[in-house]
Amino acid sequence: MPEARAMASHLHHFDSADQQKDAATLGMWVFLITEILFFGGLFMAYVVYRSGYPGAWVEASRSLDLRLGAINTAVLICSSLTMALGVQAAQLGRRKALVGWLVATILLGGAFLGIKSVEYAHKFAEHHVPGPSFVFHGAEARPAQLFFSLYFAMTGMHALHMVIGLGLLLNLARQSRAGRFTPAYYTPVEMAGLYWHFVDIVWIFLFPLLYLVGRH
Amino acid sequence: MWSDLPLFPARASTSAGQVDALYLYLIAISAVMSLLIAGLLVVFAVRYRRESKASRLGASNGSMRLELIWTILPFVVSMTVFVWGANIFFHVNRPPDDTMNILVVGKRWMWKLQHLNGRREINELHVPVGRAVKLTMTSEDVIHSFFVPAFRVKADVLPGRYTTLWFQATRPGRYHLFCAEYCGTKHSGMIGWIVVQQPEEFEAWLGGGVRDLSPARAGERLFTNLGCITCHNPESKGRGPSLQGVFGSTIRLKGGGIATANEAYLRESILDPQARVVDGYDPVMPTFRGLVGEEGLMQIIEYLKTIGPKAEKS
Amino acid sequence: MTQRNYLNADYGIRSWLLTVDHKRIALLYLASVTLFFMLGGVFAMMVRLELLTPAGDIMQAETYNKAFTMHGIAMVFFFLIPAIPAVLGNFLVPMMIGARDLAFPRLNLLSWYLYVIGALFTIGAIVSGGVDTGWTFYTPYSTTWSNTNVVPVALGIFVTGFSSILTGLNFIVTIHKMRAPGLTWFRLPLFIWAHYATSIIMILGTPVIAITIVLVALERVANLGIFDPTRGGDPVLFQHFFWFYSHPAVYIMILPAMGIISEVVACFARKRIFGYGFVAFSSLSIALVGFLVWGHHMFVSSQSVYAALVFSILSFLVAVPSAVKVFNWTATLYKGRISFETPMLYVFGFIGLFTIGGLTGLFLAALGLDVHVHDTYFVVAHFHYIMVGGTIMAYLGGLHFWWPKITGRLYPEWWGRLSAGVIFIGFNLTFFPQFILGYLGMPRRYHVYPEEFQVLNVMSSAGASILGVGYLIPLVYMIWSMRYGKPAPANPWGATGLEWTTPSPPPTENFTETPVVTREAYDYVDLTAEGGGIA
Ligand code: HEA
Ligand code: HEA
Ligand code: HEC
Ligand code: CUA
Ligand SMILES: [Cu+2]
Repeated sequence: MPEARAMASHLHHFDSADQQKDAATLGMWVFLITEILFFGGLFMAYVVYRSGYPGAWVEASRSLDLRLGAINTAVLICSSLTMALGVQAAQLGRRKALVGWLVATILLGGAFLGIKSVEYAHKFAEHHVPGPSFVFHGAEARPAQLFFSLYFAMTGMHALHMVIGLGLLLNLARQSRAGRFTPAYYTPVEMAGLYWHFVDIVWIFLFPLLYLVGRH
Repeated sequence: MWSDLPLFPARASTSAGQVDALYLYLIAISAVMSLLIAGLLVVFAVRYRRESKASRLGASNGSMRLELIWTILPFVVSMTVFVWGANIFFHVNRPPDDTMNILVVGKRWMWKLQHLNGRREINELHVPVGRAVKLTMTSEDVIHSFFVPAFRVKADVLPGRYTTLWFQATRPGRYHLFCAEYCGTKHSGMIGWIVVQQPEEFEAWLGGGVRDLSPARAGERLFTNLGCITCHNPESKGRGPSLQGVFGSTIRLKGGGIATANEAYLRESILDPQARVVDGYDPVMPTFRGLVGEEGLMQIIEYLKTIGPKAEKS
Repeated sequence: MTQRNYLNADYGIRSWLLTVDHKRIALLYLASVTLFFMLGGVFAMMVRLELLTPAGDIMQAETYNKAFTMHGIAMVFFFLIPAIPAVLGNFLVPMMIGARDLAFPRLNLLSWYLYVIGALFTIGAIVSGGVDTGWTFYTPYSTTWSNTNVVPVALGIFVTGFSSILTGLNFIVTIHKMRAPGLTWFRLPLFIWAHYATSIIMILGTPVIAITIVLVALERVANLGIFDPTRGGDPVLFQHFFWFYSHPAVYIMILPAMGIISEVVACFARKRIFGYGFVAFSSLSIALVGFLVWGHHMFVSSQSVYAALVFSILSFLVAVPSAVKVFNWTATLYKGRISFETPMLYVFGFIGLFTIGGLTGLFLAALGLDVHVHDTYFVVAHFHYIMVGGTIMAYLGGLHFWWPKITGRLYPEWWGRLSAGVIFIGFNLTFFPQFILGYLGMPRRYHVYPEEFQVLNVMSSAGASILGVGYLIPLVYMIWSMRYGKPAPANPWGATGLEWTTPSPPPTENFTETPVVTREAYDYVDLTAEGGGIA
């Protein structure tokens, strides 16, 4: 595979393949720190309002579909597993397995987004979407709107990250079918893996914060 | 004295002199520091210009002693400024107990003010000399800021919240009132005058003119007209707690916790009754959001302040 | 006999728009930020023109409000934040550390494209009516009340924010992983330390403004209510978020400038910088403590008195490292061999004006005093002293200093010195009167103002026109020199630093062979050994 050999070496401005890999890894971690701060803003807003309107938070959280949320959590954890297996396959140079695991991850990610859109559709139907048509039957309808504002902002931003991740994975799957990755060079797979796990972890925080308020 | 210098705005409140003194202190620090640095720059630049034959022996690239000096010295100097500034800040943020209260509502782009005897003003505020005045302020739309340069005071005026500002005028005159927080097109037109008068003159002014009901009386009317009285009657037989002496008291809340019944709490109780429910009552009070405006709210609260003695409630 | 270099390595517009060479990308940035500087300058001129008279006679209030808003947005987000890092930093960071490029060249190009996309959104919004919220976008005005193009500008700033994040990321990785052999951390030029500190702020702060501005946009288009007081939201929370980024962002605007000053001072004083370690670490401490002082913009916003105390004391603390730097630069001159070429004149300008700007920052950090001067022209004067008197002076100084390296041509020295003088005078005349205006109580963002403020305003407007001319001169002669300037040698200033060891302009790969570093930075002592030697 002449193409793969070319990739196994390094770009001209690096001194060695090791240096290139180090740089990519550090770059990815720095990027993830950035992402933490990006979501950090939303989490701060969440903390402020939850402590300001604890009652509304319990009420509004009850109206979310715990079943679908839990299923989605499971789906996403599975996808992290398949992603990790994909990275391992790349490490061992098992091309078919790599493609397979990537496709599995993509399918699970797609399933997550599918379920999420069902949940969104329910929210629309129940008029729980903030705005003039917002209706909430509960004692604290007004701050409940804040909860749903944050619900949509947080899960929406998360879903956007999922979509970007799916794009990355599709691209990787295509490239790995063409045999671009070898045990000597699979940095992109590894980096996409880091990103995917990060997005997964964000959800692991979102799920209890949004769905499990006041449920002990 | 200083106040004749055109570099300062009129000095017409008790805090103005304090702020100016700190300002002068900072100017002195800045002058010393910048002259020191500029002086050294010039001296070095001349003495050690490239052509100069001055000796360069003993040139150094660092000195722990110097570094410590110019770390610690600015630190110490700035701490004196911090302490002084914080002191003044506490002064301007802590109104004395006995104040003359005035209600202020900011709205794009005007100031609506009302004295407790009912006299209303727009974009103009009359106050007496020598009396601490406290403004309770809120906004009907965006954030504004009540700024009187001659008094060296300023406070943002927020929608959905009460903020306060206090001052004590020291000399009669007409002073600028500005809106200092950008609030849209006519932000620069949201200005007015503070008219400071001698006490007698002020009393005369206050008693004259067209006068509305006093805020407390107007609030009492609203209390009846909006039907508050049906649930909150003084004999405490309604569905809600008696509101006699509620202002300033400590309220025990459902689900544990306590609250002090200040303006913000009363406002919330009327607009968001469910947010904090009084212990022992059902959350049956409807919201009055949309039924009563910012001024109405302030009036009801003024009314609640006047009824009953201040008493511990449970 | 012209050698192959990065400028003539390839021709045609495609070779520029698709380049991954950090030096060419730096020039792309140079062109774009200059454009925005002129745009911001035009808005500034509109503002100063209107303020000539107390009445609102030249333009409508709406127009004025849009003018200062777009002035602030263009100058801050599209000019000053990218100016030094993305132009000089991009060009010099790899060269100073002996690398052939930044770690991620294509990401670097992507940064520029993101900047351009953000810029196009913003220009589109300006052309189709503009925005009038002030550069601070305070809610609920920006979310519910303004009926101008808030959303496109918000998107523009959001996208440009990612350009800034990616630049910071690229610098951090490059500085960590791509230093030439022998170039240890404490041999790095201070310019690199400054950019390292700046990059930390870029990657930690920018994402917060990104999400904040998205929430503002979502509140307008999707009716979310996170900052909406009528739905229980807290408009002051927005201010916390905004300043959590925007205070550190002011250090994004000053730290790289300080890096330039260290390079230029050492070179023209022919001396190693005084207290290298202290100058290096003060950059880092400014970057880190700078994240904890945002509340000093909100002393009268109804935040708690105790929070205000903490923010105030931390603001004084963060000023100390800046003082350390100023003193070290001054001490560097002691027993140096000083010459006064244009870059050095700008450095003198910087030190003086930054000192005044910084000291007036202490006025603002003093709680009781800020209550009076908050949101007046005193604040306007403070930040122009630092950003225009400080950063732009340093930026111009740096551009002149590295111009021979960048273009391979010398700029005309006489004109350089002249413009430095004109800018200095014009600047002070424009902004010094604003301190007085502010203390007298003139609020900022005022389209009409009481008559007693007119004299000082006229002075300020007069100064602004001198300042405008001052900026026009370098614009003209620098463009002129690209073609007609005298060819520059590899090291016209006799400076140390790896960037001066390659030809001017450098070849595409910067160094024909990887340099090996064996000396400390600013190794000027040899040149002046035994009190003899030559310049
Ligand atoms: C590059 C930009 C920049 C920089 C570097 C700074 C630096 C500082 N700023 Fe400034 N600031 C702005 C840009 C900047 N600022 C902007 C844009 C605004 C307004 C935003 C808006 O509302 O639109 C603002 C507003 C602002 C406020 C809010 C005012 C208000 O709205 O009411 C405050 C308050 O504390 C403040 C303080 C400071 C301090 C203490 C420093 C310090 O870091 C300064 C440190 C430097 C020195 C101290 C000088 C050197 C020292 C010496 C020569 C030795 C002597 C020293 C001592 C005795 C300590 N700034
Ligand atoms: C980097 C930042 C930066 C820079 C460089 C400047 C530069 C200038 N600013 Fe800026 N200013 C801000 C950042 C900056 N400003 C910010 C953040 C605000 C707050 C905004 C807000 O409140 O929201 C502000 C607000 C502000 C105000 C207050 C407005 C108000 O509150 O009502 C004023 C008033 O005088 C002012 C004046 C000036 C002037 C005269 C210059 C001069 O230095 C400009 C000189 C430059 C030129 C004149 C351009 C030179 C080029 C040409 C002339 C070429 C001609 C053009 C073509 C060929 C197309 N600025
Ligand atoms: C339907 C009956 C009802 C009406 C009408 C009503 N309230 Fe209430 N109110 C209650 C009840 C019940 C409570 C106690 C539970 C709670 O805090 O929500 C209460 C509590 C309050 C409190 C808090 C009292 C405390 O001791 O802490 C205030 C203040 C108040 N009401 C003011 C008003 C005003 C002003 C109006 C009219 C504009 C009004 N109420 C109309 C039933 C009512
Ligand atoms: Cu109201 Cu500005
Ligand atoms: Cu700040």
